[in-house]
Amino acid sequence: MKRSASPRPALAVLGALYALVLAAGWIAPYDVHEQNRDLAWAPPTRPRFVDAEGRFQLRPFVYRQVERPGRFGQYVEDRSRAYPLRFFVTRPSTGRRHLFGVDGEARVFLLGADRFGRDQLSRLLHGGRVSLGAGLLAGLLAVALGIAAGTAAGFYGGWIDAATMRLGELFMALPWLYLLLAVRAVLPLDLTPAGAFLATTAVVGTLSWVRPARLVRGVVLSAREREFVLAARGFGASDLYLLRRHVLPQAAAVVLTQLALLVPRLVLAEVTLSFLGLGVAEPTPSWGNMLAALRQVHVLTSYWWASAPAAALVAVVLSYHRLASALQQLLGKPTP
Amino acid sequence: MRHLLRRLASGALVLAATSVLLFALAEIAPGDFLSALEVDPRVPRETVEALRERYGLDRGPAERYLAWARSALTGDFGYSFAHGRPVGELLLPRARNTLVLTVLASLSAWALALPLGTWMAARQGGWVDRLGLGASAVLLATPQLLLGLGALLLAATTGAFPAGGMTSLGFAEMGGTARLRDLAWHLALPAAALVLGSLPVLVHHVRSALAEVLDAPYLRVARGHGVRPARLLFRYALPAAANPLISLFGFSVASLLSGALVIEVILSWPGMGTLLLQAILARDLHVVVGATLFSAVFVVAGQLLADLTLLAADPRIREPA
Repeated sequence: MKRSASPRPALAVLGALYALVLAAGWIAPYDVHEQNRDLAWAPPTRPRFVDAEGRFQLRPFVYRQVERPGRFGQYVEDRSRAYPLRFFVTRPSTGRRHLFGVDGEARVFLLGADRFGRDQLSRLLHGGRVSLGAGLLAGLLAVALGIAAGTAAGFYGGWIDAATMRLGELFMALPWLYLLLAVRAVLPLDLTPAGAFLATTAVVGTLSWVRPARLVRGVVLSAREREFVLAARGFGASDLYLLRRHVLPQAAAVVLTQLALLVPRLVLAEVTLSFLGLGVAEPTPSWGNMLAALRQVHVLTSYWWASAPAAALVAVVLSYHRLASALQQLLGKPTP
Repeated sequence: MRHLLRRLASGALVLAATSVLLFALAEIAPGDFLSALEVDPRVPRETVEALRERYGLDRGPAERYLAWARSALTGDFGYSFAHGRPVGELLLPRARNTLVLTVLASLSAWALALPLGTWMAARQGGWVDRLGLGASAVLLATPQLLLGLGALLLAATTGAFPAGGMTSLGFAEMGGTARLRDLAWHLALPAAALVLGSLPVLVHHVRSALAEVLDAPYLRVARGHGVRPARLLFRYALPAAANPLISLFGFSVASLLSGALVIEVILSWPGMGTLLLQAILARDLHVVVGATLFSAVFVVAGQLLADLTLLAADPRIREPA
């Protein structure tokens, strides 16, 4: 009944998502800060193919959305003029090329607008840069710290091992989110966007060293006593050479699997922090602070497009879980 | 007994070390609660200095830690500058609320996970199993944050549940049963969101723990003797698979508390999580240290409880050969 899982589908989905997010500047039709106060919470624009006379058009077009007279926050399409959707356009305001856009007064909001009339799709893509980037960087940081601590503990043993493992136990005695918030409490509350991104990444990554460290320590402990390692040591190999050539390569599988498990957790950590107002703050988009808009009940119930980051988040976490379980089957389960 | 005492001592040691760590962390923080006053031109320097002296902020870190530890032992856990009260007074009712929420959620999650996981293990590869695995994979990928927002959405659209809080307005005037009903009504959604968040992990572990046992020869013998399937699963197999699950309970307390923090904030449940968030925004560091330390108390207590259960459930641990 063992089905052999391939990591390829999950890798393909994740690759596509990261590519989308990396190319955000080109795919996103608008600047993330560009506000349209007359289009607050405008619903998604529908690309159309059939015009007012019922004829089919090969080039899709959109209608301009205007507020229904006398009604705040309700929009109707102004059908008097069609705005053709153009591809590979250069936006005059920025001078940059974009995948698509429309001319004139009309706006194309494929995922609707937020409360300032900012394009939700553009913010989703750019916010993905922040959230996915923070998760990946923090994951790499955590794994690097874990390798360093785990190797030191496993290879040298003695008091280094004891101290590292006791410290790890302390970290494990605290609920992860409480620990994260307690450390965040120490940093200044108002940071620049770049500062907030770096602080969040550094805190989240640093606090996640324990699990990778324990796993790497386990591998190193057993690798240290293998015959070929002992033989190499007998030939006079230095510690550094032994580690690099013989010991650490054995930890590669464990580290890779651990990374696939850690990154989604750390993406979530950034999202949670920003959601609580302690991570990356408005107006810089992150999936967390975009989701924070949903804490207002009227947004949650009226504007379904505001929950687009939630769908993106689930897709990312699900793909990483698939990847992790495929890697576990492929490379063998890590020893706890 | 010796075993228990050793566990208690190590738990206390962990908590003491955690408190030192947290206090050291708070020490790194730039400025203190009075720093905001310092830059206010309307407040004279002497006032700030006098306040600092009064609150003991002018003393060294070691001296302050000892003073704090002394107050922690009497149940005060330092002083909240933002609220002007001892931290203990603020923290205890909040900790009780978090305890109510997490204990209920934990009990319900286990009550659901045990039969569900057992059922899936008994029908491995069948449609129940596959459906369960698929659902738990999706649920596992749904962050606690989204489950909380989902609960809020449910409350707002159906109107059948309160959209947050712990009690209704006239709670103080209610009688005993009405109070209990009101509390349960408020508790339902946050607890349900928390149960959904912790369920997939539990179901997964119950399933794999049972799957391991179900292949054992003694079970095949029992089946051959004509023991009914339900009795076979719950009386023969489940106790044999209990040990890893009891340990899992100890570990699950920490993640349950993390989940509860998010749920508390979204559904405005007046627990430790909401208090911690408010304290961070107000830079009320003693409350931050107190709330975090309390969360560690919960975790240590959960592990102790798991140890005790293990001791009661498994004679091999009780009387080592």
